[in-house]
Amino acid sequence: MINTSFISNIVYGVTIDWSHFTPWTSFAGGLLIGIAAAMLVLLNGRVAGVSGILGGLLTPRPGEIGWRFAFIGGLLVAPALMRLFGTSVFPRIDASFATLVIAGLAVGIGTSYGSGCTSGHGVCGISRLSPRSLVATASFMLAGMATVFLWRQVA
Amino acid sequence: MSALGAFLAGLVFGVGLILSGMTDPGKVIGFLDIAGRWDPSLAFVMAGAILVGFFAFRLAGLRARGFLGGAMELPRRRDLDARLIGGSIVFGIGWGLAGFCPGPALVCFGSGQDKAAVFVAAMLVGMLAYTIAERTRGASAAA
Repeated sequence: MINTSFISNIVYGVTIDWSHFTPWTSFAGGLLIGIAAAMLVLLNGRVAGVSGILGGLLTPRPGEIGWRFAFIGGLLVAPALMRLFGTSVFPRIDASFATLVIAGLAVGIGTSYGSGCTSGHGVCGISRLSPRSLVATASFMLAGMATVFLWRQVA
Repeated sequence: MSALGAFLAGLVFGVGLILSGMTDPGKVIGFLDIAGRWDPSLAFVMAGAILVGFFAFRLAGLRARGFLGGAMELPRRRDLDARLIGGSIVFGIGWGLAGFCPGPALVCFGSGQDKAAVFVAAMLVGMLAYTIAERTRGASAAA
């Protein structure tokens, strides 16, 4: 049984989920992400691509270790900072443990072969108008949308 | 000094991810669910980030070094290949399955969520598998 909303969306246009739509806080968060990427490239001369920063620690080179751990440390500490301002970071994670393992493997392997993820390609690469990053971003977005669509058919 | 700069950048990045909604897998899947009830919020995350990033990377392109030292290292490749596209598709499948990409997964791991820890561990195994595969490939190419 195929999901008919897919067809109605094509015919009548997309259905917006207004109840969850948060344009302004999402835009503000995006500005902060941009500022953080600006800080890393202007201060350290490095691209803020999370998968690349993490993956680089698996083949450590001299002078390329400290800043990587420091950046990841900042990511890990961010929830504690938010807690000081009364915001708890504990979102609901619906995926089962098995799904998380498969998804994690796919993300680790995919970002390694694809040389980047949402931050490195989607934010920094598109900011640099890199053709590789534009193609990569289109590829993972379309693959993500197709996956969610197919998942909705079976789950 | 350069480590302090990187730490602050990571901290601001993490706060931005939390504020934007990227650390909520349900919201990410809502964005990818274009055929269902679509939540376009995450397009506004990209718009905000790229608005700042566009000017930052233009300025970075004019400099040989970062302000705290360290050579300016910007990617120079412009070719498209199967590894880039295939890898990105595999990444997108994983992203759609769990609603996590690397940055938000690390942030949720930092808040002590066991499910995020499972995802991060599997992601590291995937990265390690790539590293080993490339080393084997390099060794057989050299032999």
